[in-house]
Amino acid sequence: MRGFGRYALAVYSVIALTFIMIPIVYTIVFSFNDARRTNIIWRGFTFDNWLQVCRAQDVCIAFGNSIIVALVATLLATVLGTMIAIALVRYRFRFRAATTLLLFLPMATPEVVLGAGLAAQFLAAGVQKGLVTIIIAHTMFCISFVVVTVRARVASLDPALEEAGRDLYGSPRQVFWRITFPLLLPGIIAAAMLSFALSFDDFIITNFNAGSTMTFPKYIYTAAARGIPAEANVIASAVFFLAIVIVIVVQVTNAARRKRLALR
Amino acid sequence: MSKNEFGTSGADLELRGVSKRFPGFTAIEELDLTIPAGSFFALLGPSGCGKTTTLRIVAGLEEPTTGRVLIGGKDVTDAKPFQRPVNTVFQSYALFPHMTVIENIAFGLRRRRIEDPLGKAREALRLVELENVAQRRPAQLSGGQQQRVALARAIVNRPALLLLDEPLGALDLKLRRQMQLELKEIQAQVGLTFLHVTHDQEEAMTMADTVAVMNKGRIEQMGAPEELYERPRTAFVANFLGQSNLFGGKVVSSSDESIVVDVHGYRVEVPRARSQRHSGEVAVGVRPEKIELHANEPVPASGINIVGPGRVTDVSFSGVSTSYQVSLPGLGVVTVFAQNRSFGPVVHEGEQVWLSWHVEHGFGLEDEPEQLPKFAADDDTQSIAAQRRRQLQTELEGA
Ligand SMILES: Nc1ncnc2c1ncn2[C@@H]1O[C@H](COP(=O)(O)OP(=O)(O)O)[C@@H](O)[C@H]1O
Ligand SMILES: [Mg+2]
Repeated sequence: MRGFGRYALAVYSVIALTFIMIPIVYTIVFSFNDARRTNIIWRGFTFDNWLQVCRAQDVCIAFGNSIIVALVATLLATVLGTMIAIALVRYRFRFRAATTLLLFLPMATPEVVLGAGLAAQFLAAGVQKGLVTIIIAHTMFCISFVVVTVRARVASLDPALEEAGRDLYGSPRQVFWRITFPLLLPGIIAAAMLSFALSFDDFIITNFNAGSTMTFPKYIYTAAARGIPAEANVIASAVFFLAIVIVIVVQVTNAARRKRLALR
Repeated sequence: MSKNEFGTSGADLELRGVSKRFPGFTAIEELDLTIPAGSFFALLGPSGCGKTTTLRIVAGLEEPTTGRVLIGGKDVTDAKPFQRPVNTVFQSYALFPHMTVIENIAFGLRRRRIEDPLGKAREALRLVELENVAQRRPAQLSGGQQQRVALARAIVNRPALLLLDEPLGALDLKLRRQMQLELKEIQAQVGLTFLHVTHDQEEAMTMADTVAVMNKGRIEQMGAPEELYERPRTAFVANFLGQSNLFGGKVVSSSDESIVVDVHGYRVEVPRARSQRHSGEVAVGVRPEKIELHANEPVPASGINIVGPGRVTDVSFSGVSTSYQVSLPGLGVVTVFAQNRSFGPVVHEGEQVWLSWHVEHGFGLEDEPEQLPKFAADDDTQSIAAQRRRQLQTELEGA
C-alpha cells in the first residue's frame, strides 16, 4: 500500500509538471522555428528570430511600451505604497480604516470592472488614452499589492530600533534612511518585483485604458487571431529565462550569506 | 544646546512635577526627582509601575503631560531626543541588525560628526572586552555580548546621562551578577551619571548609590540602600526590599525618644525618629533577621521588645540561615531568620518560643494599619522564591 502510494505520487507529479511545462516548452521551441508568416507548423531550426528580434517591429515596440509602463508604474506604486504602508502602521489618523478598505478594493474587484470603470473616468475627464493612462491604471492596482507586502514588514519592525536611532543623535531624516529604509528594503524589493510582474503581464485593465497604444500582452492577444510571429516567442522565452536567472541568483546569494554567517 | 556640548563628567538630572497620562491610564503622577552628577541612581519598582515611561520622558521619546525635565540645569523638556545629551541602553538592546557591531557603536559618533568614529568605537569595545566581535552582526552574538554592545554603543558618546532600562533583565543569573559588577566598574571608570532601572531589589541595592523605590507611578521612598532597608517608610518598601514583619496597633504612650504601641496586648516600642506617625493607629515593623528566639521567657529589660509565647509552625533550613515561622495569638505569623552558628536549628517545629528585638531596630510606617495585610501579598512570596533560587544557585556553583 505504501509502495503504491509513493508510486501514485510520483506519477501524479510527473503528469502535473508535464502539464505545466508543455506550453512553456512549446513557446521556447517555436522561438527557434524558421517560420515565414505563421508560427504554427514547424519548418526547421534557426537562430534568426533570436538574432533579429526587432525585424517584426510591432513586437519590439509593444515590448518596449510594456517595459516603460512596468518600470514607471512600479516606481510610482512602490514609492507611494511604501509611504502609505508606513503611515497605516505608525499613525492613527482619520479615515485610517477607510483607507485600508479602499486599498483592498482593487485586489478584490474583478479586473474587467476596474478597467471599465477607469476607462469611463478617463473618458469623462477627457483624457487622451495612451501610455500615461496605462501607467496610471497600473500604478493604481500595484499600490495595493505594495501596501500589503510592505505593511507586513513595517509591522514586524521593532519601533525601539528607530528610537535607538533618534537616541543616538539621528535626525528624523537620518533615522529613516539609515535604519528604517534598510530594514524595510527586502519587503520593498519584493513589492517592486511583484508590481513589475503584475504590470508587465496585465492585459484586461490595459486593454480598457490603452487606446491604440500597444503593450506586449495586448499585442500577443491581437496577433493570436492572425498567428503570433516567432519574435514574440523569442521575447516571451527571454523573459522566462531572465526570471529563472533572477530566482537562481537570489537563492544562491542567500544560501551563501547564510553559510557565511554560520561559519563565523 | 549645541551638538558637541557633551560632558565628560555627567550632569544633574532634575524632574519637576513630571506626570504622564495615557488615554485612560496614569502611568506617572507628580514625579519630583534630582539625581546628582556622577552618581549611580537606581529606579526600583515592580513591573508596570512606570519605570520605562520615566526613562522615555528623560530621553525625549515620550512627552510628559505636565512638568519639566532639566539636564545639567538646562530645561530640555521640549528638546528632541537627538538634541539631548542622553543615551539609552534599551530593555531589548535595540541593536541595528543590518550593521556590524562596530558600525552600531560608531552610529552616534558619526551622526555627531565626531572625529575618528571607528577608533573611538573600538576603544569602547575594548572597555566591554569584545574587541574580537567587531565585524559580526548582532544576531551572531549571545545575549550577554549583545548587552555589552548596547552598553558600548551608548557609553561611547559620553552622554551627560546614561539611561539603562533593565539592561540585565534578559541575562541568566550568573552573567547577571558578573555584569552588575562590571557595570559598576565601568561607571566608576567613565564617571557618567547612570540612571538604572530595575525590578530586582538585590541588583538595585548592590549597584546604586541612591535607590528610588517606585510604586504605581509614584516614588515611595528614596535614599541610600542601607537607609531604605533599615528605615523603610512605607509597607510597600518594607516588603519590596527584603521581608518585614508588620504589626498594627494604637499608640498608648510616647516620649521624646520613642512611642509605645499596643499590639494585641503586647507592648512594642519604636524610636520616635524611626517612626513616621506618632499617635493614633499606627503600623510598625521589624526585619526577620533582627529578631531573636528564646526557649524560655526572657527577663524584661529596657530597650528590648518581647512578645510571646508563640508556637513554631515551620522551620526551613537554607544553609547559611534558618527561617522560622512563629505563630503568635493575635499577632499572626512572624518570620524569624537566624544564622546557623551552631549545627542545626535552635528550636523545632511545635515548640514554644518567645521573640525579642532591640527597640532601635523597629520602624514605624506611614501606612494605615488596616491596609497592612494585603502588602504581605505576592511580592513577598516572589522575593522569597527568588532568594531561595539564588541561594540554591550559589550552593550549586560552590559544589
Ligand atoms: N503607550 C502607552 N499607552 C498606554 N499605556 C501605556 C503606554 N506605555 C506604557 N503604558 C502603561 O503604563 C504603565 C507603566 O508602564 P512602564 O513604564 O513600561 O512600566 P515598567 O517599565 O515599570 O514596567 C503600564 O501599566 C503600561 O501598560
Ligand atoms: Mg519596563
